[in-house]
Amino acid sequence: MIYFDKVSKTYNSHTHALVDISFSVEPKEFVSIVGHSGAGKTTLIKMLLAEETPTSGKVFFESANVHKLNHREINMFRRRVGAIFQDFRLLSDKTAYENIAFAMEAAGKTDDEIASDVPHVLELVDLSNKAHNFPNQLSGGEKQRVAIARAIVNQPDVIIADEPTGNLDPINTHEIIQILKKINDLGTTVILTTHNKGVIDSLGKRVITMEAGKIIRDDKEGRYSL
Amino acid sequence: MFWVNVKRIVRAGSVSFWRNKFVSLSAVLAMTLALFVIGGTIFLSEVFNATTSAIKDRVDVNVYFITDAEEADVLAVQKDLQGLPEVKEVTYTSRVQALDNFKARYKDNTLVMQSLTELGQNPLGASLSVKAKDPSQYEAISNYLKSNGVLSKDKTSIVDKINYFENKDAIDRLTKLSDWANNFILWLVIALVAVAIIVTLNTVRLVIHISREEISVMRLVGASNKYVNGPFIISGIIYGFVSSVIVLAILFPLSYWLGQFSSFFSGLNLFTFYMSDFLRIALIVVGAGLIIGTFSSILAVQRYLKH
Repeated sequence: MIYFDKVSKTYNSHTHALVDISFSVEPKEFVSIVGHSGAGKTTLIKMLLAEETPTSGKVFFESANVHKLNHREINMFRRRVGAIFQDFRLLSDKTAYENIAFAMEAAGKTDDEIASDVPHVLELVDLSNKAHNFPNQLSGGEKQRVAIARAIVNQPDVIIADEPTGNLDPINTHEIIQILKKINDLGTTVILTTHNKGVIDSLGKRVITMEAGKIIRDDKEGRYSL
Repeated sequence: MFWVNVKRIVRAGSVSFWRNKFVSLSAVLAMTLALFVIGGTIFLSEVFNATTSAIKDRVDVNVYFITDAEEADVLAVQKDLQGLPEVKEVTYTSRVQALDNFKARYKDNTLVMQSLTELGQNPLGASLSVKAKDPSQYEAISNYLKSNGVLSKDKTSIVDKINYFENKDAIDRLTKLSDWANNFILWLVIALVAVAIIVTLNTVRLVIHISREEISVMRLVGASNKYVNGPFIISGIIYGFVSSVIVLAILFPLSYWLGQFSSFFSGLNLFTFYMSDFLRIALIVVGAGLIIGTFSSILAVQRYLKH
């Protein structure tokens, strides 16, 4: 489903963020990518989301080269990928409900669909009572749950979570990971980057280990071993 | 689906205007200043028109007839002149009236009054005061008088003198000044509109720049250009509209206050002018606000079209 083919990314001709990355992800997999800060995890995610282009190599999503898509195709692609970030990336002047609804509006859904799906997905992340709060009225854990709700509301093929628990305390971390596991159990591919040992060890799923821009390990049932 | 999108974009733009009060206030303030300048120019040009009209009105050409001229002949000349398209009005002053005016003017001057009594007869001839529609036409009128038949029955000119040629200089200068002023005002308006556009453009650009993180989040979620740009353009239109309403509101007390200086503005009461011409002025100001707001925000948003 997702295939990285010898992807490299160099900044300023001497910062090698990614070096010859090749791996693939099958549908319904749960993949964790671990590494120290600066290992290249976020850069890898940027390549996948077409936020930046690789210096060399190709990224494929279902046999289409992600960086050869035109403007409209990229928008369509982004609607099939739910993205979650460490800094939540919510729209600050919209309520929780409106943030999620915006993702559906962007995907061209009707008002009826929005009215039925948004409350449903808010319930899934246990935030029905905070639907009309603005991001600055929500805690870190709640913001991340809104972000997850937004990411799943269009029933994407894959969820990409870049250090989703980076700004959260252990309890919230656990909750978020549980939600992601549940989403994966329901059939959505999940790609998660983290440097949280506890998260990795509790998952028992595939772990790709990165260091200095390279993949150094790829374990089917990995444990955190840096 | 199209109308659903339009509705969503309009709603998003309006909500954004309302929820980002500080940013909206700054943008509206900038646009209000720019539009106020445009509104002020309308007042300025009206004042200018009033002043030049008043001056032009004071300019006239007087035709003095010889004392022997028959009244019927003079009146015939008056009728002739009134028939000319360039002529606004012709006022007839008879010999008797001229003498009365003269006496009234010099009644305190014993020497002049004594000389008159000694003369015994009316030394003054009848005259016609000709007002043209535009100072540039006096030359044509005067030439007409000189060349045409202002002859009496025995083919001698009954015209004693025409004071146009003595005042020609002044009249020419007035015409030049009036033309120059109209030109100046035109260019001033163009320059001010350009300034207004630039000010608004930069304000909206700043607004968009401040929102760049939000814009990237919207793109992340897969929003198309119309969903990203649309609300900004709507906000720009709202800024323009709100600013123009504020300007129109400010002009009420301002013109009222200026109304008392009507003598300074050659009899033009700016308040009554504003009231009577309100619809036209409102149309111009609101129209300018909407056009500049829309135009500037579309331009400002172009920057983000290239992703």
